[in-house]
Amino acid sequence: MTATLVKEASPPAPVHPDGARGRRLRRRGRVIALLFVFPALLLLGALVVYPVLFSVGRSLFDASGNEFVGAENYAEMFRDPTTLTAVRNTAIWVVVAPTLLTGLGLILAVLVEKVRWATAFKLLLFMPMAVSFLAAGIIFRLAYDEDPDKGVLNAAVVSVHDAFEGTSAYPTARARDGEGLTKQADGSYVTGADLSPGGTAALGLVGVAPKDLPGDARPAAAAAAGKANSDEVRGVVYLDFIPGGGGKPGVVDREESGLPGVTVEAVRDGKTVAGTTTAADGSFRLTGLDGGSYAIKLPSSNFAAPYDGISWLGPALVTPAIIGAYLWIWTGFAMVLIGAGLAALPRDALEAARMDGANEWQIFRRITVPLLAPVLTVVFVTLVINVMKVFDLVYIIAPGPVQEDATVLATQMWLVSFGGGNNQGLGSALGVLLLLLVIPAMVFNVRRFRRSQR
Amino acid sequence: MNAIRRGLGNTVVQAFLVVIGLVWMTPLAGLFLSSLRSAEDTAEGGWWTVFTSPGQLSFDNYSALLENSGITQAFWNTVLISVPTTVLVVVVAALAGYAFAWLDFPGREPVFLLVVALLVVPVQIGLLPVAKLFGQLGLFGTIPGVVLFHVAYGLPFAVFLLRNYFAEMPKEMLEAARMDGGSEWRIFTRLVLPVGRPAIASLAIFQFLWVWNDMLVALLFADSSSQPLTVQLQSQIRQFGSNIDVLAPGAFLSLVVPVVVFFAFQRHFVQGVMAGSVK
Repeated sequence: MTATLVKEASPPAPVHPDGARGRRLRRRGRVIALLFVFPALLLLGALVVYPVLFSVGRSLFDASGNEFVGAENYAEMFRDPTTLTAVRNTAIWVVVAPTLLTGLGLILAVLVEKVRWATAFKLLLFMPMAVSFLAAGIIFRLAYDEDPDKGVLNAAVVSVHDAFEGTSAYPTARARDGEGLTKQADGSYVTGADLSPGGTAALGLVGVAPKDLPGDARPAAAAAAGKANSDEVRGVVYLDFIPGGGGKPGVVDREESGLPGVTVEAVRDGKTVAGTTTAADGSFRLTGLDGGSYAIKLPSSNFAAPYDGISWLGPALVTPAIIGAYLWIWTGFAMVLIGAGLAALPRDALEAARMDGANEWQIFRRITVPLLAPVLTVVFVTLVINVMKVFDLVYIIAPGPVQEDATVLATQMWLVSFGGGNNQGLGSALGVLLLLLVIPAMVFNVRRFRRSQR
Repeated sequence: MNAIRRGLGNTVVQAFLVVIGLVWMTPLAGLFLSSLRSAEDTAEGGWWTVFTSPGQLSFDNYSALLENSGITQAFWNTVLISVPTTVLVVVVAALAGYAFAWLDFPGREPVFLLVVALLVVPVQIGLLPVAKLFGQLGLFGTIPGVVLFHVAYGLPFAVFLLRNYFAEMPKEMLEAARMDGGSEWRIFTRLVLPVGRPAIASLAIFQFLWVWNDMLVALLFADSSSQPLTVQLQSQIRQFGSNIDVLAPGAFLSLVVPVVVFFAFQRHFVQGVMAGSVK
């Protein structure tokens, strides 16, 4: 894997001093050589090899470390629900993240070749690789915030949603009982079906806090007194409440405010025949009505609870959300690596296909991807190894209460060993499991290296 | 006709890439703008409100940060951890890399294969045993302890990289130097290190950033007086919502150094990261 950039070496030929002094010199040479490698071997032996062996041994003992339990910790891994979640989440990570990254990297690598500012683009996408997982975690914790006034993602989702669905002006409003408006099962309010064209209606609502009134709201009394033409129903929707008290329920008192922006519909025999929105003083006119009697309806959209966006960091979406943050960091890597492979493709194969009239998609599908397969494999495998050990991002982005839903092997190993669990037997077993999972990569590396030495 | 279609296609591609580029920039821009806003403004609304009501931005959070001794101490700890680690990894790995490439000693081949095998060993497996070991040696909770752990886990890749690079040197060059009676130490410092400079530079930059950005290792091995910036900031995440005026500038402070290194040494950095991604 490493070999994408590291040139593989030709077999090294140790220099043997020969001649009469040979043996002594050679022994001296060996001593010097050992002095050169000693610091590295000491550190690797004490801090890498010994810990591996220790962990394997420790994983066979219980939490206290006194009692030998055999494979019990490994069985426990698949019994304990949280650890099982960690295994499952790691599996999701390992399948989803490398696949998306390789795909996205491939698409971007192909596309970026077509623009003149390719280098700048590559730099921009690669830059997150320089950013720590901690900083990236803080960035995305902020972006995923559930409050649309804090998290940019929900701000975007909510504004898109509201652009299509509209916002409800008065989510808390309701009508007083017995004042003419009846609440329907769907949340709307209707009057009795007894209004004829030329009639007027004063529809009082309560439950709107004065601070929630739109700034342009005007008193409704003047409009309530207006007369209707013969082909229309007129009226006001008003706040049937005076802060500080006073006023009669069901009557438009002088200080009472109109409610602007309320959708009002005229309904006849269950069918909506006219609709409008109230003005600043709460007044509305439903025009173009034939004779007969109508009911006035305030549809439920006026009272819908505000849309809060998506709970990105809730139990259901937390893993996909963290994978999203991971994509931000690693896409540049996949793109640059695949781009290097792309640059090494034989130009004439592509040119010949183009000459034969193949379109860009056919060239991509039939020539580029098959020729790139080895590079794509390298990228994919590299990502799998890295994804398996993902720790910081999960630890930082998942809020405390959902840590258990987001946990992966690396975080679980941490939590079990040091974060309160304090079961170092199970923790060691999780560490060994992580090691076992990367052994195929280990074998792959060793084989590849030995092949390069022949 | 075809040319027109191609031109149109290119415009679509350009537009798509511009959108992707903007999406990629937004998180960083959001963090930076957040870091310039007061806690009150942050409680009122998101960073994008600065576009409609400017005048919220100031460097006050940063001056507060620089007066926060916990943060400044952690910043220096980060430097005191990453610089010695980088130097040690380069020196120890260069010595070993040269020996594996050009010196003769018993067990050279199998030992190097072991180093290759260690390339992918996860850091996690070392945490517990090394913590016990460091506890006995009195290194637990100290900067030297953090440094030693990082050096050990940086070595397999570093030795692998440098050994392969050194092995490419022309044999004649080394033989000529030996004929001239140069000692191995002299050959190493005067010939091998200068020749290996490109690989050493990539390794050093990669290693520096790796350690600068580390949180996991320091989370365990550093105590409150030796903890780096990442750990110090991590400890404030629990009250995320109310701490954004510390976390955002803190995160920005911690990523300024790597990003500057990234732009200053793009080529080395990209090579180092791509070569080191196996870890």
